[in-house]
Amino acid sequence: MTIVNAVVQGIFLGAFYAVLACGLSIMFGVMRIINLAHGDVAVLGAYVVFVIVDSTGMSPFVAFVVALPVMIVLGYVLQLTILERSLKSGILTPLLATFGLSIVIQNLLLIKFSPDVRSLGGNAGAVTTSSWQVTSGLSVSALGLVILVVAVLLFGALQLFLSRTPAGWKMRATAEDADAAELVGINSRDVYARATALAVAIAALGGLFLAIRSVFDPLSGPTQLIFAFEAVVIGGMGSLWGTLLGGLALGVAQTVGAQINPEYSVLTGHLLFLAVLIVRYGGVRVSLRTAR
Amino acid sequence: MRVRRWTRTSKGFTGATIAIAILLATVPLVFDPNVVQKLTNLLILVLLASMWNALAGYGGLLSVGQQAFIGIGAYGTVFFAGFGVSPYPAMVLATLVAGLISIPISFLALRLRAAQFAIGMWVIAEVISIFVRLDQNLGAGTGISLIQLNQYAPNFRQAYTFWLALAFTVIFLAALFVLLRSPLGLSLQAIRDDEDAARSLGVRVASRKRLLFVLAGFGCGAAGVLIGANTLFIETGSIFSVQWSAYMIFMVLVGGLGTFEGPILGAILLFGIQTTFTQGGPWYLVGLGATATLFALALPRGIWGTIEERLGLRLLPVGYRVVEMKREETTA
Amino acid sequence: MTLVRVEELDCRYGLLQAVRGVSFEVALGETVALIGANGAGKSTLLRTIAGAHKPHSGRVLFDGTDVTSMPAHRRVSLGIALVPEGRRLFPSLTVEENLRAAAARKGRWNVQSVLEVFPVLQPRRHMAAATLSGGEQQAVAIGRALMCNPRLLLLDEVSLGLAPIVVEAVYRSLAGIISEGTTVLLVEQDLARALKVAGRVICMLEGRIVLEGEAASLDRDRVVEAYFGLKRPA
Repeated sequence: MTIVNAVVQGIFLGAFYAVLACGLSIMFGVMRIINLAHGDVAVLGAYVVFVIVDSTGMSPFVAFVVALPVMIVLGYVLQLTILERSLKSGILTPLLATFGLSIVIQNLLLIKFSPDVRSLGGNAGAVTTSSWQVTSGLSVSALGLVILVVAVLLFGALQLFLSRTPAGWKMRATAEDADAAELVGINSRDVYARATALAVAIAALGGLFLAIRSVFDPLSGPTQLIFAFEAVVIGGMGSLWGTLLGGLALGVAQTVGAQINPEYSVLTGHLLFLAVLIVRYGGVRVSLRTAR
Repeated sequence: MRVRRWTRTSKGFTGATIAIAILLATVPLVFDPNVVQKLTNLLILVLLASMWNALAGYGGLLSVGQQAFIGIGAYGTVFFAGFGVSPYPAMVLATLVAGLISIPISFLALRLRAAQFAIGMWVIAEVISIFVRLDQNLGAGTGISLIQLNQYAPNFRQAYTFWLALAFTVIFLAALFVLLRSPLGLSLQAIRDDEDAARSLGVRVASRKRLLFVLAGFGCGAAGVLIGANTLFIETGSIFSVQWSAYMIFMVLVGGLGTFEGPILGAILLFGIQTTFTQGGPWYLVGLGATATLFALALPRGIWGTIEERLGLRLLPVGYRVVEMKREETTA
Repeated sequence: MTLVRVEELDCRYGLLQAVRGVSFEVALGETVALIGANGAGKSTLLRTIAGAHKPHSGRVLFDGTDVTSMPAHRRVSLGIALVPEGRRLFPSLTVEENLRAAAARKGRWNVQSVLEVFPVLQPRRHMAAATLSGGEQQAVAIGRALMCNPRLLLLDEVSLGLAPIVVEAVYRSLAGIISEGTTVLLVEQDLARALKVAGRVICMLEGRIVLEGEAASLDRDRVVEAYFGLKRPA
């Protein structure tokens, strides 16, 4: 029974990782950029929600709705200032530039908020504490279920966006051939900015979930980035649904590892990631494909 | 047209460099242990910067995980010393281990492309860090010290560590220098400029990159050994921290990616900043990060690279110069 | 009335000069063919007019407006559309998605009317573009440009890599489009076909215009000479 419980908990954990990874996957799929500051952006989102909750007392979920426009604007700013410029230079430039950005965000947060660990779990109400005892060895938490449902809805919505809307077609077109896209009237700058804004907004959602299900501090970013990246790689870079599956796989790997020894949880995830890399030998599919 | 390697400037500067190295050897005899410790830190930074540049600047390999080898070097020393090996020989052994471990790692890592290589190396560093942390003999989560060094009086300990640091720095810089001047070096340049074109000309890209990767493995291992010796207490959280990569990136980006002298300049700059801003804390890190990003976007060649480009200056002769021959010389 | 005018255009790739001091006009409703050997600069010229390439010097004027520094996607909204060399479809998008991804401008062209002109695409409407044959892909590429309801349609080597019978079909569809009054500037390797479809012909050699004239009245031999640069001083 404990293995079943581990897998179920792993799926809930994995859904959280999938949400974290989603934005990273979008940016890679559309612009071929891996944003090394992605985790820090998620943590920044958590802090924005925290500030709103702290000053108004509203539920974190409501606060997130308020925080969303702020994060979207931030996404546009990020694209127009740093990412757009780094796209024009070499392959290493986006990595270097976003790495520097990561350090800046972490330390600015450190200055503003001190190294204290915080959580929004207490403010989220009943959802954090409720759970159902399905059998003697298996319990399902309300929060885990919520995150899982949100993750599936999120990926589903993105899939719909990409396959049914003009903006989605334009985004896929730009991802596949930005020059040809320009020639048929698609403004690639706008598309890229939209993709980044979307990625940042979803990262903030990941930050919200991080804050509620666990704790966060200014230096939590890099850990989230690694998990997000592992999820993307395990599921296959450039595949949207692959990122969801990769997240779930990572979550399960970690919880199953924890069953063997609590200190092994993160390690098993890393090993799964490395194993996937070894099997794939670094060869990747590089198109933003919609699973059909 | 003639192809020359040495110019008057570069001959002079190389001579000066050798003189500086000899001069540096006298440091422990002149200064007190505190200063010696600080200068050891400078040498460590020079070593780290040069090794990271060897990977990224000459190999196009952006690693965010060199701290793996730093940690192996530091903990390796503790490990061997724990078995009764004398501390300084243990340090050399640990450096060798770090370099040797980089070989099997390279067979996975070098197959990966840019972002995957960067983060893949980071994950490898995390994995090694976790394994070390799980080992009770190595202090587990609380850290461990190289108590065997206590057998030396502080002055001597500091001096030996400094000399070892100087030796390592000279050896690795010299190795890199020789590498770059050899036909290997030219093929590395070709790989950096256009990998596919180089491959089609028969350049064995993979083995060239492996050479750089392993050299950097040895070098970062050596740096880790020195860090452990210089600070006496190590724990996984800080020795395997990605912060080291941040420092390396800053030094090389600001100093000059892909130039030989650039990383040294970057190391001196970082050293200067660190000594001036000891209370800085997060603000100084904000500055480092922002500067790195700025340089990546606006000054990708770094300070030295830009100077080199503008003035056509090359202080250490790692490149080739095509020289116009004077009229009289062509009638030979 | 002149729809597009090119003035002293100089286009480069780094140090390589692809187009040198080229000037010409295309009148509203005309069909002009750009011919010339490989490397003559024809594609570069077309791409510069479309906005995919920035000229070193010179101007491009569209309907009186100077569009030289205007980005490609904005030129599309003015009425220029390019069918690029090699088709450049969006591989994983379906035929219909390829068409719909293009920026729609008001006009007689929409998915329905495009599919009417290229009936071979009807059954393949929801198939990924990468799975289509060469001729079908060319049809999609032209259709995609048509979705922008262009006033000026630029076609770059539509016959490239296609079997003659397929090229025949493509040009038959084009004839229909041309007859509706769209201004067309096309690059074509096949000399005979270019002379057949165009009203006027411009021959380029090494980046310069070496011959220009009415297709009907041009002597075939003169064209061949200009094409290969045979009558140049030694």
